[in-house]
Parts: sequence; structure tokens; C-alpha cells
Amino acid sequence: MPKRVLLGLLLACGLTAPALAQEPKTGGVINAVIQPEPPGLMLAMVQNGPTQMVSGNIFEGLLRYSPKLEPQPQLAESWSVSEDAKTYTFKLRKGVTWHDGKPFTAADVLFSVEMLKQTHARARNNLAQVDKVEAPDDYTVVFTLKQPFGPFLGIFEVGSMPMVPKHLYEGTDFKTNPYNNAPVGTGPFMFKEWQKGSFIRLVKNPNYYEKGKPYIDEIYWQIIPDAAARSVAYETGKVDVLPGGSVENFDVPRLSKLKDTCVTGAGWEFFSPLAWLWLNNRQGPLADKRVRQAVMYAIDRDFAKDVIWNGLGKVATGPSASTIKYYTDDVKKYPYDPAKAKALLKEAGYKGEKIRLLPLAYGETWQRWGEAVKQNLQDVGINIETIATDVAGGNQKIGDWDYDIAFTYLYQYGDPALGVGRNYVSSAIAKGQVFNNVEGYSNPEIDKLFADGAVATPDTKRKEIYEKAQKILVEDVPVAWMLELQFPTIMRCKVKNLITTGIGVNDGFKDAWLDK
Amino acid sequence: MLSFVAQRILKGVIVLLAIVVLNFFLIRLAPGDPAVVMAGEAGASDQVFVKQLREKFGLDKPLPEQLFIYVKGVVTLDLGFSFRQQAPVAKLIGERLPATLLLTLTAFAISLMLGILFGTFAARFAGTFLDTAITVFALIFYAMPIFWVALMGILLFSVTMDWLPSFGYETVGANLTGLAHAVDVATHLIMPAMTLGLFFMATYTRMTRASMLEVKRLDFVKTARAKGLSDAVIQRRHVLRNALLPVVTLAGVHSGTLIGGAVITETVFAWPGIGRLMYDALLQRDYNLLLGVFVICSAMVLIFNLITDLVYRMVDPRIEFAS
Repeated sequence: MPKRVLLGLLLACGLTAPALAQEPKTGGVINAVIQPEPPGLMLAMVQNGPTQMVSGNIFEGLLRYSPKLEPQPQLAESWSVSEDAKTYTFKLRKGVTWHDGKPFTAADVLFSVEMLKQTHARARNNLAQVDKVEAPDDYTVVFTLKQPFGPFLGIFEVGSMPMVPKHLYEGTDFKTNPYNNAPVGTGPFMFKEWQKGSFIRLVKNPNYYEKGKPYIDEIYWQIIPDAAARSVAYETGKVDVLPGGSVENFDVPRLSKLKDTCVTGAGWEFFSPLAWLWLNNRQGPLADKRVRQAVMYAIDRDFAKDVIWNGLGKVATGPSASTIKYYTDDVKKYPYDPAKAKALLKEAGYKGEKIRLLPLAYGETWQRWGEAVKQNLQDVGINIETIATDVAGGNQKIGDWDYDIAFTYLYQYGDPALGVGRNYVSSAIAKGQVFNNVEGYSNPEIDKLFADGAVATPDTKRKEIYEKAQKILVEDVPVAWMLELQFPTIMRCKVKNLITTGIGVNDGFKDAWLDK
Repeated sequence: MLSFVAQRILKGVIVLLAIVVLNFFLIRLAPGDPAVVMAGEAGASDQVFVKQLREKFGLDKPLPEQLFIYVKGVVTLDLGFSFRQQAPVAKLIGERLPATLLLTLTAFAISLMLGILFGTFAARFAGTFLDTAITVFALIFYAMPIFWVALMGILLFSVTMDWLPSFGYETVGANLTGLAHAVDVATHLIMPAMTLGLFFMATYTRMTRASMLEVKRLDFVKTARAKGLSDAVIQRRHVLRNALLPVVTLAGVHSGTLIGGAVITETVFAWPGIGRLMYDALLQRDYNLLLGVFVICSAMVLIFNLITDLVYRMVDPRIEFAS
């Protein structure tokens, strides 16, 4: 059986595992890999991937999101939206306590909002539409917006807006607060121990408000910096869970075939990582739309998916991943067509000027992808020079616009207003900064569509606006969209119910149990 | 001797300060902005947030001012604050240093003991099969990259035979104490220490062998033989003792290189030492942490060199301390 088919079956098995049919068992320890070691665990202060993965067990947000990105209760048990779509009222769950025993109330929510505006870039951007936040009583919080903001109900997951204990942070220097190193949350697991360079240990919160949960006694997050060593750790039974991206992609088929191993691609719906090539629209041949379109035709993205990513993921059709809201595939298509690419290059008058390509320094898979793209582009006559950098150096080059083509992948956060627009609107052009409109694309029509899309009501209107924006962008090719990435989670089949929401492993292990 | 040691320490402090200044500028020559790395994906696209981070960590100040603040801190034994890990650098290094010392000193001991032993045997039986076998053995480990030896070791001893753990410093969650804990750590130490040690062992084997063969040809050995001393006594007291001098010199030089090897070894074996801390700090452009690790490593090299000079004197009392 071809590897891809087998993997597909395994993925399907993982996705549809009938774990819910069984009664959860309590007890046991889960050993999971965390890579790289998080710089800190205080989610309000540090927001990188590993921090979210570990701290999603310790902290909680007001809401969770289903794989279809529908809001679900977490610290807020219900919510309502006013008719003018400007007032959101959250009813908080009663009987919730912080890990130190103090009650969680609306005052904590108000404090968290104020703190996050100072320490959490994404939360601040998301909260920019908020005019005021009030707490009429201990268990009610009312957000009043300046104007309707379509994605507002999508900003409350734990990574985007973690709740912080007011009684431990108010009036302190956030940077040096001792609780940064021993975080106190409301989540199903409590921080116990962190041996730097070795492991992070979380233990069950015995007073968790959802009775009976969590089922697991302890979680050890093992810190193993080398990708091959992480594979071996799983292979030799020392770890039970390899969250998405823990091992090199080419190791996934081999590990997937190990006995009692289950694989799932679920749990990335909220982030929907989308890989693309930044194309510097400002200078050289890439300033010409026809050359950018030629790049799209020249790259064999199915090959990249099937060979480099082992059949995982999906060929991207445009700026939105198919898993986020208002996605449409009714856009111009760019199949692999070297002849068309050559014709477009000829039409644009490309004379073999040198074009610099920056691969992403995230490991072997990305290096190989860089080489494949270089080959594709050379095949149609583009003169490519690869520039090797590390991540920090690459970011600086991209931020300074000192590149021609550069790999990246970014999260979408479920809504075009949160994770897509920032890469294409002209107000997000800022030299020295990365992950915004570094390609220098400027189109007043697109600016208006994204501005209108964020505040339009109802949803049907938003859908219309974002579909139009996708069509224009795909025609203009400000960047070359490559793949909707899929980072499979590999685990022992005895680990049940590990992934239940759209943010996957980042949402904590409160529903997980071990079938011993 | 005391004045020699005092002088060397004083010189060492001056060298260390020079290293701090040099490293301070060298690190800043590398492209990559720590504020952008710190800000992460969402934060880096927000100009205000990145600016705030720069201000918060003093990265917006002119370079000479940053240097002055840093050197002032180092002089008062304050290695600064890690931007990335949000903790004092000294604390972070203090947590990791024991593991690195355990690894490098064990590897150092293994390499010296095995290297001198194998080199002596090779010289003693020069031209025989044993000599060739030892030479080939040493060459293999000298030629193979450390990470490759490490991965092969893991494949053989962890995956295939399941004799030794593939990663970590101890069995996580076992909560062992006393002797059981020591044995557990030792089990985890074997592979990384051997991987690192075998590379340097190869050098010492070759050096000891060559040096012994050279000393053997000298007149005083012939005299000793003419006096009727036994071969064993000649080898041990006369040949080996003199042949060890270049090995000791080399070992002193290697004390710094060992840390470099530890970066790779610690990464492959997930050994929680400062080698990895340095590697992470470099990738994250965590200036203070990186400088802190450099300061500690440089200090260690200076201390090792001082010890080398003292050992030199012990091996050959004819060498005088220059004062």
C-alpha cells in the first residue's frame, strides 16, 4: 500500500476514533514533547507556540472553539449580542477558583483586558475595537464596541485572551512578577515544577470546576531539542504524544506505522497555518504582476505536498485557508504549468536578472522545500540565488525588505479580519517589521474591502466582501500561496480524547484520558 | 608559585573584560533583532509593541551606553536579565552549569585516560597489529562528526538494544534519591560523555603515541636502558612522563573546544547544560544570556589554562613559573 494512502487511512482513523463511545478512565501520566523549550509560561506575557501548548492547561479563556470554530463555553457559561452588534454580554461561570483558591470573578476579566493591552500584541489589536468593558456584577462582563466587529466572538480562546489573576498581578511589575515562573490559572492542571532544559511538570487541579475532570493525574512536557532524538523518544516509549511539528515531516510515515500509534491532523482549524512565498512587489522583476503569476505557475505545489510533506496538507488556492470563515475556491487557478510560466516571463520581458530566495530555517523539511522551489523556478528560466540565514537573520532581511522571494507560514486565527488582512492592506506596510505587508502590496480596493469586512454585518455581507477580496488578491498574486499545512499529532492509541477543539493540543488536556 | 597564580588571575580578569567588550560588539554584528524575535508572529507585525519591547529592555539606547551598563553589571557580578526567558542570566546559567560540568569533565577524563592508555599501548607495540588497530580506531572517532556518533549511539544502544536512555539527565518522574539517583544519572551520562570523550580521545591517542615514539629515541632513554632499568620502568618513569607534556598542553587548549562539542552533544541527547542554553540564546538573539554564557565559558577556559600550567609543573618540575 502506498505510504500516502496508508497515512491517509491512519489520519482518518485518528480523526474518527470512537473515543467518545467509551467511558473515560481516571489516573495516569502523559509524557508529551515540547519543542522548543518555552521561554516562559505566563501566557499573558509570552505568546509563542510552546508557551501556548503548555500553558493552555494552566490558563483558560472565556470561550473555546469547536473544530468548526463555533464558540463554546469555558469561563463564560453564556453570552449574548445586542441587536446593533455592538454590545457583548458574558455571564461568567460561578464556583471557579484560581489554583491558589481565590475565586475567579468579573474583576479578573477587567484586569486581564487592561493587562493584555500592555503585554499581548494580538490581544491589543483584537481589543482595539472595544470602547469600554464593564462589570455590572461579579459574574457579568459587558464589552461595548466602538462599531460592530465581525470576528469579535473569535478572540476569546486561551492563547488570544488568557485570564490573569488580578490579586497576584495588580500593582506589580508584570515583567518581574514571581508568578511568571510559577503561573497560577484556573485551568485543569496546575504548574508544579520546571527543570530548565529537562521537563515541565503539571499536576491535576483537584478543585477544577468541571466535576470529574481532568482525568489524567500528571503531564510531563519533555524538552528534547533534537528532532531525531524526539522521534527516538517516541519510538522507545519514553513519550506518548508528539504534538504537530515535533518531528521532521519525513519521519511521520515511519512513526505512524509503529504499533499502537494513532495519528490525527485535527486541532489546527483555528490557526490554519498557511505557507506562502513573500514576493517583494517593490523592486526588480517581481514588481511585474506577470512575473508573480509566472512564479505561481512554475511551482509544482502538488509535488511539494506529496513528496516533501508526505501527502499532508492541501494546495492553497489563495490568501485564506479553506478551514477559516468566508473561504472561497471560486478564484483564478494556478495549476503547475511551466510553459505558461515561461510565456508570462517572456511577455513581461524578464531578462534573467538574479532573484534572491530565502528558505525558512525551520529544519530539514523547509530546506528541502527551498531546494525544490529553486529547481522549479530555474526550470522556467528564473535565475535564483539561495540566501542561507537563521530565523532571526531571515526575519531582519524580510522586515527590511532586503529579499526577493522568502518562505514563511502564518496563522489565520479563524477569520480574515484577524489573520489575513494584515498581510495585504497598505496600512500594514512598515519597514523593520515582519509578518505584516512586507511584500509592499498596495491596492486601495483591497484596503477598503478589508476595512469594510471587519465591521460589516450581517455575516452574509462579510462573506460577500471577503470573497471579492480573495478574487482580487489571487489575480494580483502579491505573494505566492503554497500549501495549507498540516502538522499531525502522533500519539499512543491509549491516549483518548486528546484533541477536542479547533486549537487542538493548545487547548489543554482536560478531556484526555488513558485507556490503560 | 602564589604570586604566579595571583598574577595569572589578575591577567585573567583583564582578558575576561576584553572578551566581554569584544563579544558585545560581535554579537550585535549578527543580523537579527531580539525585539522582533521576542515579539513573535503577532507582536512583530505591531510597530508599537516592538518599540515598547526595545524600550523595556534598553535596546533603544546607544550602543556605548548599553555596553557601559553591561560592563558595570559584570564588574559587580550581575550578568543582566535574559530578554527572552525573563529571568536573571546568572540564575539561568547557575541552573545549567552543573550538568555541563558533569558532562565535560567526565568526557575530559574519559578522553585523557583512554587516549593516554591507547597511545601508550600503540607506542609500546609500534608497528604491530595492535598499533594499527588502535590507530584506525582513533582515526574513525576523530573523523566522524560528533552528532553522527551520537545518533549512531542512540540507534544502537537505545533503539536496537534498549540498554541506555536516549535523552535527558535523569528518568523524569521516577523521583529517585541517593545511590539510585546517582546510578540513574550515570546511566544517562554514559552515551553523551562517551560521544564527546571519544572525539578527544582520538587526538590524545595520536599525540601520546607520536610523542612517546619520539622520546624513546632520545639519549636519556638509551642511558636508562644501558643502566639496566626494566622496560616497564623506562616506559612509565622516563618515556611517558616526558611524552605527556604536549598532551597536557593540548588538553589545556581543548578545555575550550570541549564546550563547543558540548553544544552539539547536549542538543542531541537533550542534556540540560549551558551548551544548549548558548545555542538557544544565539537563535533568539538573547544578547545578555549569550554574553553571560560566553563570560562563564571564557572564565572556564582561563581556569583550565591555569590548571594546565600547574599540571605542567607537576609533570616536569624543571619548568619554572615565570613571575
